[in-house]
Amino acid sequence: MSLRKHGMTRRQLLSQSALFGASFVIGAGYVAGKAEAANWAIEVEHLKPETMATLIQMARDIYPHDQVGDQFYALAVKGYDSAEAAPGIEEGIAALNEAARGIGYAAYTLIGWERDRVDLLRSLEDTAFFQQIRGGLVTGLYNQKAVWPIFGYEGESFSQGGYIDRGFDDINWL
Amino acid sequence: MTAPFDLNDDSVVVIIGTGAGGGVLANELAQKGISVVALEAGGRYLPEDYINDEWDSFGQLAWTDARSTSGDWRVARDFSGLPAWIVKAVGGTTTHWAGASLRFQDHEWKPRTTYGDVEGANLIDWPIDPREMDDYYTKAETKLGVTRTGGRPGLPGSNNYKVFEKGAKALGYEEVHTGRMAINAVDNDDRLACQQTGFCFQGCKWGAKWSSAYTDIPRGEATGNLEVRERCHVMRIEHNQAGKVTGVVYVDADGTRHEQKARVVCVAGNSIESPRLLLNSASSMFPDGLANSSGQVGRNYMRHVTGSVYATFEQPVRMWRGTTMAGIIQDEARHDPARGFVGGYELETLSLGLPFMAAFLDPGAWGREFTTALDHYENMAGMWIVGEDMPQETNRITLNSDVTDQHGLPVANVHFDDHPNDVAMRAHAYQQGIAIYEAVGATRVFPTPPYPSTHNLGTNRMSEKPRDGVVNAHGQSHDIANLFVSDGSQFTSGAAENPTLTIVALAIRQADFIAAEMGRQAL
Ligand SMILES: Cc1cc2nc3c(=O)[nH]c(=O)nc-3n(C[C@H](O)[C@H](O)[C@H](O)COP(=O)(O)OP(=O)(O)OC[C@H]3O[C@@H](n4cnc5c(N)ncnc54)[C@H](O)[C@@H]3O)c2cc1C
Ligand code: SF4
Repeated sequence: MSLRKHGMTRRQLLSQSALFGASFVIGAGYVAGKAEAANWAIEVEHLKPETMATLIQMARDIYPHDQVGDQFYALAVKGYDSAEAAPGIEEGIAALNEAARGIGYAAYTLIGWERDRVDLLRSLEDTAFFQQIRGGLVTGLYNQKAVWPIFGYEGESFSQGGYIDRGFDDINWL
Repeated sequence: MTAPFDLNDDSVVVIIGTGAGGGVLANELAQKGISVVALEAGGRYLPEDYINDEWDSFGQLAWTDARSTSGDWRVARDFSGLPAWIVKAVGGTTTHWAGASLRFQDHEWKPRTTYGDVEGANLIDWPIDPREMDDYYTKAETKLGVTRTGGRPGLPGSNNYKVFEKGAKALGYEEVHTGRMAINAVDNDDRLACQQTGFCFQGCKWGAKWSSAYTDIPRGEATGNLEVRERCHVMRIEHNQAGKVTGVVYVDADGTRHEQKARVVCVAGNSIESPRLLLNSASSMFPDGLANSSGQVGRNYMRHVTGSVYATFEQPVRMWRGTTMAGIIQDEARHDPARGFVGGYELETLSLGLPFMAAFLDPGAWGREFTTALDHYENMAGMWIVGEDMPQETNRITLNSDVTDQHGLPVANVHFDDHPNDVAMRAHAYQQGIAIYEAVGATRVFPTPPYPSTHNLGTNRMSEKPRDGVVNAHGQSHDIANLFVSDGSQFTSGAAENPTLTIVALAIRQADFIAAEMGRQAL
């Protein structure tokens, strides 16, 4: 489960894709970072690209960390792109979009304010789908070693001899 | 050097489980020249095998066989299949434990006498006089190399401790220190001093923290009197017409069943598996399970009044650096009903890594209220509450025949409801914990709910009278003389202290008793 850089150039991808929602550019079989600087994309095999893009937005709305890039959320939900999981996810995202339509938006990702998306998620909080996504994120997002430094967490220290000489007692503001 | 004993050798003592109770008992008996076969459901992992990564380590060591839950505790909702956090490995939960090693206070051996009749609580006194335990506690502290006992120095204070200590002093607390820990502050007993790596819960890769996995067990094996069979899950205990136990049936790693004969059987599978095994061993002679004429097997399940308080500050704490449990406040451990509850509690610093913090800070929570807490993970300090909970008959381990494990055996259901005394104590402890951090300038505090149980106690309790409990003062079952309970399930009450030092002291004491009884052919 690793982020693959797509084979196409960014320009090629953009030219082939439709702007979807606020966050992502979708190519045939790809979900990619929208920003020009974003250099990541994931290939989806079993899920529709729009579904993956919605899932990534939903993941961010559940556990929003503004300093954490979309690629980490994408990686956290990438596992659902399997033959086994995809039908349930498509169904869940379809229901989410249906709910979005109920409040006047064409799709979940087209709801502009996080507050409104979160209100929608709150109303679906008790569904098995929501709980599946939320529960999976607890490890899917926070157990990614690459996100730890963003939170300052240093992980294992045995290989460096522990913290005995590396600041276990260096607090200086007390 | 390890002694291979024959399956038909009925002169051996069989011990089920090799954790704090079983691992120590196995070594103590082996040192006395008694032949021991220890059967351990888990595999053998040593410091070089431990993984300093929270979830990977959990996958390596934790007991993840099926269990179910019921009751009003939040764990039943948030972690319905994981009532307890226990290890399945040679060394048992002493691989995961933090090392806090405290003696009971004298009055805690006599909770019924001290606290009186607490409505809804099934309180009795321990059939042990506190003075009988003094020498055994000293032996246990020496074995574990407990800091601040026996002339051993204390550990240095970490960042997490310093925040905690400053807040504690501001509130006027006096018994505040870096704990009595089974962690070497200096090299001791062929084990290194603590390097403050901060993964005590994942198995200490330096061996600085005591675990029976790399102390008592290899030492017992070195005598030639102890054989540890790992990845061997005991399914039932057998008995004869005379009502004496004769051996155990177990399944090995290949799925093959064996019967090991025994002169004495000691159950030390932790407070969930031990009663489950006794219940799963029901026969026509003992239809309610072994040693259960009182009906108390599985009842009075205790897990300590727990909870955590985390707090964020304006500047970094980096609590994960250094020992997981780095210090203690003992002032609230006293019995003082003026606070609105009986018994007392300890406050101990605690730290979780980011992955576990995400899982345990407020299970099920989501959205910015939750994520902004984690955003300041680096600025967080944390402490854990451990207090005496009330034994209740209805808090119990039962067999759940609707769910079976990989061996086809009914799993344990763990039912727990808080007693009003537990609720009052936790509320008080949250309030004090919050005040401690606010005194040091906390910008936000988090009274965090209890985790899956790490302290599992009481389900085969000691009692003076056979009708009140399962075992006598030596852990010998009231009903069957050659059947013993050797783990935390013997606890008559929980006391405010972390249990392992007492489990170890009782195991050393039990070894003396078993050896003496075998010597005079009473067993
Ligand atoms: C994260 C954590 C931190 C802790 N910190 C502390 C602390 O600081 N201080 C403290 O005092 N305590 C602490 N504890 C608690 C302490 O670890 C336990 O109280 C203690 O280990 C219990 O000892 P035990 O002998 O009852 O069971 P365990 O140590 O759990 O041993 C039971 C063993 O029996 C085996 N077993 C079970 N059933 C069977 C079967 N049917 N056949 C074969 N084998 C079987 C298990 O695999 C296990 O190895 C902590 C626990 C955890 C999880
Ligand atoms: S902090 Fe000390 S006791 Fe804990 S794992 Fe590291 S070396 Fe071992």
